[in-house]
Amino acid sequence: MLTRRTTLGLLASLPLAPRAFAQARLSYDLTAKPLADGIWMVEGATEYFSMENGGAIVNVTLMKGDSGLILFDTGSSRRYGEALASLARSLDIRGISAVVNTHHHPDHFFGNQIFADRPIHALGGTRQAALDEGEAFADNMYRLLGDWMRGTEVVPPSDVIAGGELALDGRDFLALPLGGHTGADLALMDRRTGTLVAGDLVFYNRAPTTPSADIPRWQQALEALQAEKPALVIPGHGPADPTGASITQTRDYLGWLDGTLRAGARSGLDMVELMETPLPDRFAGMGAQPQEYQRSVAHLFPGIEREELPRGN
Amino acid sequence: MFIRTVFAALIAVAGSAAVALDDPQTVLQDPMGSGMWNYHQKGLLGDPADIRFDDRVVLRAPDSAEDSLNVPLLVDATAIPDVKRIVISADYGPIPHILTYYPEQAEPKLALRFKIDQATAIRASVETQSGSWHIGSTYIDAAGGGCTAPANAYASDDWEEKLGEVHGRLWSASGRARLVVDHPMDTGLADGIPVFIIQDLSLQTEDGTPLARLELHEPVNEDPAFTFYFDAGALPASVKVMGRDNNGNRIRGVLSEGELN
Ligand SMILES: [Zn+2]
Repeated sequence: MLTRRTTLGLLASLPLAPRAFAQARLSYDLTAKPLADGIWMVEGATEYFSMENGGAIVNVTLMKGDSGLILFDTGSSRRYGEALASLARSLDIRGISAVVNTHHHPDHFFGNQIFADRPIHALGGTRQAALDEGEAFADNMYRLLGDWMRGTEVVPPSDVIAGGELALDGRDFLALPLGGHTGADLALMDRRTGTLVAGDLVFYNRAPTTPSADIPRWQQALEALQAEKPALVIPGHGPADPTGASITQTRDYLGWLDGTLRAGARSGLDMVELMETPLPDRFAGMGAQPQEYQRSVAHLFPGIEREELPRGN
Repeated sequence: MFIRTVFAALIAVAGSAAVALDDPQTVLQDPMGSGMWNYHQKGLLGDPADIRFDDRVVLRAPDSAEDSLNVPLLVDATAIPDVKRIVISADYGPIPHILTYYPEQAEPKLALRFKIDQATAIRASVETQSGSWHIGSTYIDAAGGGCTAPANAYASDDWEEKLGEVHGRLWSASGRARLVVDHPMDTGLADGIPVFIIQDLSLQTEDGTPLARLELHEPVNEDPAFTFYFDAGALPASVKVMGRDNNGNRIRGVLSEGELN
């Protein structure tokens, strides 16, 4: 089968392709924002994947370890991983010492191949899902991002970790093995500063994404995160949050989303009619709306409808 | 000389025959510019003379298919009087014909889901009782593969038990009847899996009077889901669901304004 990826490969081999121009244009401009003692964040655009943003829509966290920087999530492409590696060397000449993938969505682990010679930690469920779904994600990412993805290979995380107290490169964390955004979502609390790397369990002023979601389980996970009383929350998408409002907002949105789809099913509405429903003011201004809400209708409504409609035979 | 003349005449005949084969008798300007419409106008609709694109036939759908196995579409032809049937199709796809809807007692309006194989123009071709055709269009972008993937049903063990299960309900005040029927709807395009689809599905009154009728084709989604629209208050207290698949399995159900789960 001739996929978008093989097509791109064929184009790349044409001698007349204006490669120098394309490479000069397609570069990520990453900056590390200091958040706390030895902690930096690379803040992603609160948008959906586009040719303009090159998939740089995710938050990446860097923390000082004993022998270099610990990297939480690796971005959307090989090229993004390269940009991260050089940014890390500008903060610490030793560069990245260890890597964590919070979950298996492509914007969070497609930079892994640049760090393949270092330990890449994740939950077992994340490693398995990356093995199972990584190639299909890659096809879609090549479709959405084209040349930004050039040379990107799927490299699943190598080191499986469990929950509880955990030391990474000499720095102590509480590992929280949760789920709901995907089948396996890892949140890590830095013991030194109380900073919570929440992955995509938490979104802030950017609409949560639901292609692999289990909303009741996600709500339970958010309750567990709230109970940890983090001093600072680094959401998967959106600004860092010292107040905990990001967790409250994510819970509010998921509750509204589930309630809206169930009420729609109970009134006999179809997916198109639900997609056309205007968003409440408090959610309409989130990044990537209303597209993300419409995608959620597609992900969640068929299952919800089956639960809500009575049997007719 | 003689030979050359005959040869020229043959070319002329073949040339005019080719024109007659390619073009429909009424050639339209396709607002989607898809390059396939002329072909479907003949093959799918039988090359009617009385035909036009008509903005009164409205297709509501997302711009892009998030799930190529479950693309929602709402067709609304309520601005066209005396509708006999609505042929819903995709210009590009291994099987263009999605379904044909005979509204009978219902409004000429239908919500459905279907499988999409690539970015394509989608059409609703509305035929009136007097035989004139009115075509509405929309365009849906897609990553593709929806028609050639095997049904999800086979990932679970109990699909045979659920085959033909009906979920649904009536909402008399808003004139809606909604139903989901469990069925793999296999297109026959996935390796080693033969065509297995519901072919006929209808709503009837308890005494068998037809209320609305569908002829389904391969691109209809797995576990087909429809909303039928009636005048407010026009629905009877209960409606029979009657159907049949290409393996002779019968679908039987009853919808009413009963308790929600
Ligand atoms: Zn995610």
